[in-house]
Amino acid sequence: MIKAPFDVATIRSQFPILQLPSERPVAFLDSASSSQKPEAVITALSDYYRTTNANVHRGVYQLSEQATFEFERARGRVALFINATHHREVIFTRNTTEAINLVAHAWGGSNLRAGDVVLLSQMEHHSNIVPWQLIAQRTGAVLRAIPIDSQGRLVLDDIDTLLQGVKILAITHQSNVLGTINPIAELTQKAHAVGALVLVDGAQSVPHMPVDVQALDIDFLAFSGHKMVGPTGVGVLWGRKALLDAMPPFLGGGSMIKTVTIESSTYADVPARFEAGTPMIGEAIALGAAVTYLMDIGMANIAAYEHQLSAYLIERLDEVPEVTWYGPPVGADRGAMAAFSMTGVHPHDIAQILDGEGVAVRAGHHCTQPLHAALDVPSSVRASCYLYTNTHDIDRLVRGLSKVKQLFG
Amino acid sequence: MSDMYRDLILEHHRYPHNFGTLDPHDVSQEEHNPLCGDRIRLDLRIVDNKIAEVAFSGKGCAVSQAAASMLTDELIGMDLDQVRQYGKAELLELIGLPLDKNPVRLKCALLSLKALKVGVYRYLGQHIETDDLD
Ligand SMILES: Cc1ncc(COP(=O)(O)O)c(C=O)c1O
Repeated sequence: MIKAPFDVATIRSQFPILQLPSERPVAFLDSASSSQKPEAVITALSDYYRTTNANVHRGVYQLSEQATFEFERARGRVALFINATHHREVIFTRNTTEAINLVAHAWGGSNLRAGDVVLLSQMEHHSNIVPWQLIAQRTGAVLRAIPIDSQGRLVLDDIDTLLQGVKILAITHQSNVLGTINPIAELTQKAHAVGALVLVDGAQSVPHMPVDVQALDIDFLAFSGHKMVGPTGVGVLWGRKALLDAMPPFLGGGSMIKTVTIESSTYADVPARFEAGTPMIGEAIALGAAVTYLMDIGMANIAAYEHQLSAYLIERLDEVPEVTWYGPPVGADRGAMAAFSMTGVHPHDIAQILDGEGVAVRAGHHCTQPLHAALDVPSSVRASCYLYTNTHDIDRLVRGLSKVKQLFG
Repeated sequence: MSDMYRDLILEHHRYPHNFGTLDPHDVSQEEHNPLCGDRIRLDLRIVDNKIAEVAFSGKGCAVSQAAASMLTDELIGMDLDQVRQYGKAELLELIGLPLDKNPVRLKCALLSLKALKVGVYRYLGQHIETDDLD
């Protein structure tokens, strides 16, 4: 039996969408795509619009000062959450994708030269591939990928060779398909040894485990609010201050300048330099509430619970002989998700039948076509858990798979 | 929405009609849904402006394959003007699935229709916008 370090029933009661009156409540197993939101976050968002709404960093009046205070306080909470050395290292973006594009263009655009290597991995999300392709086309840099083995782990035997000529290693902390948790601290050491920077795509790790940018010793971290019980429309780029200070702007406009003449401008200090235009004020404040919510429960507790869910998920999937799941066996380096195929049934059909049974999963390539090419399947079904997932949700998944077998058997 | 897997869909998925390829053929058109990897190739033999023979091949979800199977039954004997009139509404009625609110699965269902339209228009030397079939 799973014993959570917190009361899962209480957690569930804090998520309005899990309380909707329904004959058959949804077993929501698509949190890797976007998580549900607790009352505290929804309230923070609506409270902002009800009581504090005004533009930030501009007005001299009370309301604007209040909004600015709340917005900057959220930045501070995020900094604390990832153990940044300074709140100015936290830049609000729209999402992970925008955060990676920011680094690729602002840092890559001014630091990559023809022949420089950007090292990725075979398991990257498209949002950590395509921005680098765009900048490689402009600069003549080349992309290289760390391969994966049949258990969905990085093959690091040749890492020293792979690192030759590398200027930046851009890599996911946790795969959004395999669930593999990559050895970031070890990779960072090796990358730094050859003078390369390290950008970590934390979209799937930051919501689920303690992530400490100083302990990992990385240079950039990108993540999305909506996958960590926060709202859509806000994400974070964290970067070492010295690196951010040296980077040119990404987008130009209001808020990111010091002085402007028709001919030229001088730019604001970080983080303002990278936050052109009116930011997502309410969303950032609500992300602050999300971070507080997660910290109150404790990221280590969440990780410990999800580790048990991960084991339970795999154990139950193993009871269905037609199922092939991908990624490493249950262990410390596997998150609570499983992408799988079922003999003779297309993933879309599986997801659709599960939907009919009230089980929400995702089917497709999950924005990882190069990974699916390596797995040699065009698409897969993915079930993913979060702190509010319970074993009953997983039981319903497995029962749904019996229905699939019955229909297609 | 297990209604979606009406017996007819499952039946056509298991035992597809007109499965295979035609050689020679007048039209052979392959369409692909990059989202899920579904693939349909539709081959036609055309005599006197009418579809004389038809075959489809490919792989993918039950909906895409069953829709192709049902569509090919409809096509035999159809003249090319009728093909040009034949659209999304007709196909959805034929397969009897409530897909209006399910754009992802709609693409699956329409893949064979897309192959048909693109292939026949190309045969006629005409161009077709397939955006609303995507
Ligand atoms: C590993 C990984 N990276 C990046 C992203 C992109 O996140 P977003 O769409 O919020 O920018 C995702 C989300 O799907 C992800 O799972």
